[in-house]
Amino acid sequence: MSALETFEASCHLSRDTERHGVHPDDEYLKRGRIPHIWCSGCGLGVVLNAFIQALKVREIPPDKAPVVSGIGCSGRAAGYLNLDTYHTTHGRGIPFATGLALARPDLTVTVFSGDGDLFAIGGNHLIHAARRNVDVKVICVNNFNYGMTGGQSAPTTPLESRTSTTPYGNVEYPFNLVGLAGAAGAVYVARWTTFHVRFLVDSISEALAKPGFTFIEVLAPCPTGYNRRNKLGQGLDTMKLYRENSVIQHGIPPQQAELDLRRRIVVGKFVDMEKPTFRREYENLVQQKARKS
Amino acid sequence: MNGDEASAEGALAAGCGFFAGYPITPATEVAERMSNRLPEIGGVFIQMEDEIASMAALLGASWGGVKAMTSTSGPGFSLMMENIGLGMMTETPCVVVNIQRAGPSTGLPTLVGQADVMQCRWGSHGDYGVIALAPGSAQEMFDLTIEAFNLSETYRQPVFIMSDEIVGHMFEKVVIPPADHIRLVPRRKPTTEPWACIPFQAEDGLVPPMACAGEGFRVHVTGLTHDEMGYPHIVPPTQERLVRRLVDKIRLNARDIIRLESHFLEDAETVVVAYGCVARSARESVQRARSKGLKVGILRLITLWPFPTALIRELSKTVRTFVVPEINYGQMAYEVERCAGDRAQTVLVGMMGGTMHTPTAILEVIEEFSR
Ligand SMILES: Cc1ncc(C[n+]2csc(CCOP(=O)(O)OP(=O)(O)O)c2C)c(N)n1
Ligand code: SF4
Repeated sequence: MSALETFEASCHLSRDTERHGVHPDDEYLKRGRIPHIWCSGCGLGVVLNAFIQALKVREIPPDKAPVVSGIGCSGRAAGYLNLDTYHTTHGRGIPFATGLALARPDLTVTVFSGDGDLFAIGGNHLIHAARRNVDVKVICVNNFNYGMTGGQSAPTTPLESRTSTTPYGNVEYPFNLVGLAGAAGAVYVARWTTFHVRFLVDSISEALAKPGFTFIEVLAPCPTGYNRRNKLGQGLDTMKLYRENSVIQHGIPPQQAELDLRRRIVVGKFVDMEKPTFRREYENLVQQKARKS
Repeated sequence: MNGDEASAEGALAAGCGFFAGYPITPATEVAERMSNRLPEIGGVFIQMEDEIASMAALLGASWGGVKAMTSTSGPGFSLMMENIGLGMMTETPCVVVNIQRAGPSTGLPTLVGQADVMQCRWGSHGDYGVIALAPGSAQEMFDLTIEAFNLSETYRQPVFIMSDEIVGHMFEKVVIPPADHIRLVPRRKPTTEPWACIPFQAEDGLVPPMACAGEGFRVHVTGLTHDEMGYPHIVPPTQERLVRRLVDKIRLNARDIIRLESHFLEDAETVVVAYGCVARSARESVQRARSKGLKVGILRLITLWPFPTALIRELSKTVRTFVVPEINYGQMAYEVERCAGDRAQTVLVGMMGGTMHTPTAILEVIEEFSR
């Protein structure tokens, strides 16, 4: 039986299947979890789909690809994937994944979460995981605000933007996520938008195959939280902005990757280098020496 | 070896293969020992960026199928609380060793305290059942750490070693039995096919078997209120069912979990209730009181949680006074008082922290209330 047939058999033809038939990606989605909770026009579905496609490109068996998330709309992605999925506490997806990846070096561990989750409350964990080069793949969905809690400001909110906690405009300088991840030591750093689906699939599949700490930022529209207060229209309008304003600049220092939604969005693969992972160094150096002494 | 090191050795004897921690006095020697010993047996030691990360990493490692432990003291224990809650909600076995020092806040970093015992019970938000063990010697640091791993696998949740600075730092002889003399509880696995597995359904009614990462079960694990499939289901009946089970799996098994040591309870009119390092002084004071002809007994709590409610309640029918010496300003004394009610009086012999009660100090209180 093919994986799909096994899946079908196991579903006993779930209600979803009765409604819309079997889709080739159904095997990658948890039984009975669709419809999801995301708003229409939200970019999260695109990123989820890109991740599934990348798993297929790499032919990583679903049983070997656990996904960890923190909290937020982005963090809910874990709940829809038919993999071993862990929806943890706010900001702690990366350290959870660190434990999982160190315990099970045979698995490909991905953290799928939001910009607030990974860089506000979880910022310290991110930079240290990058520094250690633990074998964890991070996909960070950046929608410039805290979607789930109702559109508050985030460490990515652009200057002067309005959010529910910056009603007069934001006065804090935002982080450049790719710059930060690169500076902290990530071996693979890229930025895409939900408009660049094919690039994104390629990029995620590259990251999945790369040992070490990889970081991909995906800009995604949040019509409910961010767009509304900043007169950006619907999800589709954001896609148009992405199309008009994005420029691909592979290989530039990520610190210089500009990000101004209305003017210039630099996307591309900025870092792709080789460095031994924490686990490899630990096995080669520490365990060998410990056994000798 | 000292108590901290004995705890590390106990963890290794229990099959611990992962340690994540952050240095803090007086718990650091546990981590140091683990950093030395884990690589020798192919395990992983990692010093995380803080205690929040350490606790999260423990949960991740445990879902990877590996037995995991961390050690800390007061401030670090506070930082761990949110993820301890996640461990309770997701039913993740692991062991947290707290070598208590005096607080609040940074308090007395190098000096003893016992003031985290209530935080251990109620520290994380929400309701859940707690198992906490309080060793009183280096040997017990070894033995009870093994026991903590066994209990955490049996009941599928984080289990606490609530030790203290004096026990952690005291050097004593520790007997390590041959490996085949050590009883170990293996992790219970689902016996159904992955597609038929309902991961959070408890066959015995209270504790479900655990399907870890990479085993083909593709389980969703969330800190949100979830149904038996593990899927978020944010409605009152599901919450009611889940939380009731999380609390009941400890409450209803309390008799099997509780461990105590007692002397001279048969005719005791005064009973000293103590734990950790203080129990050593208390034992001496009770012996001295007995030699003076006073009807005094001692109850040493080995499990702090679940608390031996029924026993204290039963004793309170014949005992006149419970004397509770502890290195805090009255934490377990509240619990004793709750169980004793009006039937017997409860006397706290509190000490703010930094040092422990001398046998003489406890004896004086015993004498005062035995007249
Ligand atoms: C410790 C803690 N603090 C606050 C929250 C509330 N909270 C839930 S989601 C969220 C923000 C998520 O923002 P982001 O990561 O950007 O994800 P998005 O919803 O935008 O995808 C916050 C603050 C929480 N769950 N836990
Ligand atoms: S609030 Fe924003 S991020 Fe969350 S689901 Fe809605 S559109 Fe998406």
